[in-house]
Amino acid sequence: MESTDLKQREIVIRRGLADRIFRRAMATGAILSLSLLALIASFLLFRGFEVFRDFGFSFITSAKWDSGSADGVTPASFGIAAMLVGSVVTAIIAITVALPFAICVALFLEYYAPSFIRKPLTAVLDLVAAIPSVIYGIWGYTILNNLAAGWAKSLNSWFDWIWFFKVPAPIFTRSPFIAGLLLALMILPITTSVAREVYSQAPRDQIDAAYGLGGTKWGAIRSVVMPFGRSGLVGGAMLGLGRALGETVAVYLVLNLVFKINLQILASAGGNVASLIATRFSEATPYELKGLMAAGLVLFLVTLAVNATATLIVNRARNTA
Amino acid sequence: MSTSSIEATSIPQPQRPWRQAKRAWRQAIVMLVVSVVGATLLMQVTGLAGVIGSYVAFALVFPVVAFLASMKYGKKAGQDKMASAIICLAFGTAFMPWMSILFTVFNRGREAFYSGFLTTDMLVNSSDQPLNMGGLSHAIVGTLILIFIASMVAIPLGIITAIYIVEVKGRFASYARFFTQAMSGVPSIVAGLFIYTTIVVVVFNRFNALAGGLALAILMLPTVARTAEEVLKLVPDDLRAASYAMGASQFSTVFRIVLPTVRSGLVTASILGVARVAGETAPLLLTSQYFVQLTTNILDGPMASLPTYIFANLGAGSDTSVARAWGGSAVLMSIVFILFVTARLLGGRNTKSRH
Amino acid sequence: MNESSIQKTESEMILPGIQQGVTMATEDHTNRNADNLQVNGSTGLEVRNVHAWFNKHHALADVSLHFPQNTVTGLIGPSGCGKSTFLRLLNRMHEFIPKAAMAGEVLFNGEDIYSPEVDPTEIRKRIGMVFQKPNPFPSMTIAENVLAGPKLAKVKVENKDELLEDCLTRAGLWKEVKDRLKASGSSLSGGQQQRLCIARALALNPEALLLDEPCSALDPGSTLRVEETIVQLSQTMTIVIVTHNMQQAARVSDYCAFFLSDGGPGQLVEADLTTNIFSNPGDQRTADYVQGRFG
Repeated sequence: MESTDLKQREIVIRRGLADRIFRRAMATGAILSLSLLALIASFLLFRGFEVFRDFGFSFITSAKWDSGSADGVTPASFGIAAMLVGSVVTAIIAITVALPFAICVALFLEYYAPSFIRKPLTAVLDLVAAIPSVIYGIWGYTILNNLAAGWAKSLNSWFDWIWFFKVPAPIFTRSPFIAGLLLALMILPITTSVAREVYSQAPRDQIDAAYGLGGTKWGAIRSVVMPFGRSGLVGGAMLGLGRALGETVAVYLVLNLVFKINLQILASAGGNVASLIATRFSEATPYELKGLMAAGLVLFLVTLAVNATATLIVNRARNTA
Repeated sequence: MSTSSIEATSIPQPQRPWRQAKRAWRQAIVMLVVSVVGATLLMQVTGLAGVIGSYVAFALVFPVVAFLASMKYGKKAGQDKMASAIICLAFGTAFMPWMSILFTVFNRGREAFYSGFLTTDMLVNSSDQPLNMGGLSHAIVGTLILIFIASMVAIPLGIITAIYIVEVKGRFASYARFFTQAMSGVPSIVAGLFIYTTIVVVVFNRFNALAGGLALAILMLPTVARTAEEVLKLVPDDLRAASYAMGASQFSTVFRIVLPTVRSGLVTASILGVARVAGETAPLLLTSQYFVQLTTNILDGPMASLPTYIFANLGAGSDTSVARAWGGSAVLMSIVFILFVTARLLGGRNTKSRH
Repeated sequence: MNESSIQKTESEMILPGIQQGVTMATEDHTNRNADNLQVNGSTGLEVRNVHAWFNKHHALADVSLHFPQNTVTGLIGPSGCGKSTFLRLLNRMHEFIPKAAMAGEVLFNGEDIYSPEVDPTEIRKRIGMVFQKPNPFPSMTIAENVLAGPKLAKVKVENKDELLEDCLTRAGLWKEVKDRLKASGSSLSGGQQQRLCIARALALNPEALLLDEPCSALDPGSTLRVEETIVQLSQTMTIVIVTHNMQQAARVSDYCAFFLSDGGPGQLVEADLTTNIFSNPGDQRTADYVQGRFG
């Protein structure tokens, strides 16, 4: 049968009035929520434009944040380099600490936990994922801060030959290290749940095959489960990274805001872009407020990029599974 | 041969030879004892101290002991046991801080409770006065109002977005799907800034609760949309086909068949959205701020909420105000937990929250 | 066109005696005659040179067939031969599959249902459908399920109770459920659910009913009940049923159409009186299939 001379008919679907209105309404709603992102970006750009124009590239590269004196003798100067570096440092500490734990918790829940505690533990994990950040903050401020200052002191006394474990003064509270630990705890649930999802999709027959070849449980996990879940794990880690980059109050409460690029993670000085905004907002001059809008835009774009990439990776891992 | 002798001789007792024998338990106890001794030695050498120090020492020693104990079955078996030990220990370690948070919140929070804690506001009391004066009624009412505003916006919009993605499958469906996912990572402070520049500055020219609610709505939207999308996907296509086959329009198929089928799932999606934003602080600092009195006017002036109540009292710094902050945390935590458990009970096992 | 030439030879081969035997069964039936299957522009459901595609995949090629009024036609053939696709083309359910396309004409009482002026929901109201798996609406009671059609398609009903009883009676379910009409539709057994779905389709008073392997998920007892229902219904409406079960096709259908795919698109091999298909098929492949040599 030759299909070359066949003409496919276009199926014309005539929709009723109700359907046309319905579809249009749903599309409008969806596009409205879609356009929120664009709206956020454009409004922040609109408000912060003046600061971008005045400071140009040094807004990103300068570490100096000074609203200037009211009489205009000291000019205002805005740069978020210290805060950006602080955001990245705390986020990297967070993910470095959280990732091994996320892998272990996920493996435990999927392959080690006895089946009768698996469900309750998963529920508990979902529950702690819902602990508000201000509660992490108050706990970090009162409990973790003192505990971890002691750990930091020990780390410093053992490893002070590594440059980023050095400190300028023996004060160990409110450091990027402590903020990073708190963030690690905050992003652990989301990273774990992504890890768990990809690990649970590891092909059962390949695991059985690994056992069948005389492999141990760990052998099966290392040769089948872990390679299978690698890309999804990367996505989960990036989702966590995005959360850690944008966290405000918890970091505000456990980190000393200092406008200096600081890579000594145990030192009591640091900051992140989000807590900069929260700290300066209430006392900001109109011009400084524009600077905060510009900082907000930078934060928004960075986290959006990280999140979008993570989402792509996680979705691909979900679909190939 | 009589039947009784058959029973006596040929029916074996059920056995599970793969289960760990008593010997294995003895071995485990020996391993534990050896690890504790090793950990004590390690503490002497390194200067680890205290409860956490001893745990760390134990966590370092135990996997090694597990490895050595299984070495007689070969290196592979040793590695296997060590991996099991590490994974179980890491799991326990990860849960400790969370347990500490939950314990501390309710333990410290107890101090602030007295008969009027939930029913009075802070209009006539300052936060450093004794703990039997003043309370957080204003913060509870404020949080409820903010959540209500956020829900009024985010729940319909989120469900509409999900319907567009799953049912209408329009031209932008894949974009809507991707961006609502990516949107869940928008830092909460950025949502606050956005609402501040638009609603607070341009529309009302003052801080108010409506702005706070809208900021929360931005954060709530992705959770509702994503979870609702997953819920709608659970509706079998058979049902849609059956509806269309009776000449139903898409409109009636969605509203009379699909949505009623997943009603409880959508309630769950909404509750998860509420739980997600109930404790948000940063955006409220820029929009509804904090106020000491119970107010219900959403258009004029700041309004208290539990997160900002905690934040403000923590900032005040006195012993009693910090105690009030813990009390507020306990109330907030309870609200979030109740929401969460309700969502679980309603949604059953097939509703999964998405991030 | 080899299809029509096959059909022509078939119709010439039919023995008059067999025709008579079938026509005598019920008086109000159309004259059962293999010529009825020829496209002739008369009433009922009629298909002319129909093709179907999914994206680029050519699923069904050049089928022409006529379903006479008030008869049961069984569509048989191995899996993947395009029977279900063909069935879904008949009431415009085909287009719900993304990237689906078709060619040719489907005439319902002489009107092309794929013409742009036609409202597809109107077509689906008049041509009902029952699916492979029973799919009562889980959010509705038994009664609501039956009356869902008029409600969904916005048709006014004078006397709901009467319609409810009538539909359930015709579907052979009334006696079993009349005391628990308020129970959920999913509380019924599989066979009852399927008859509930048939009752639901009947509530719109369709002129034709399409059944897509309605008994494949049912036990033999329920299957028998559904088959009885189908035979009853055929006195007042045109029925097309897809089935994998040869005995079922032999039991319920007046005509049979055999579809086959040789790796390419599915094609209609032959269509004839059911008795002929089973006792004296015109094509060797049909004979092989109905005797269970492949498929």
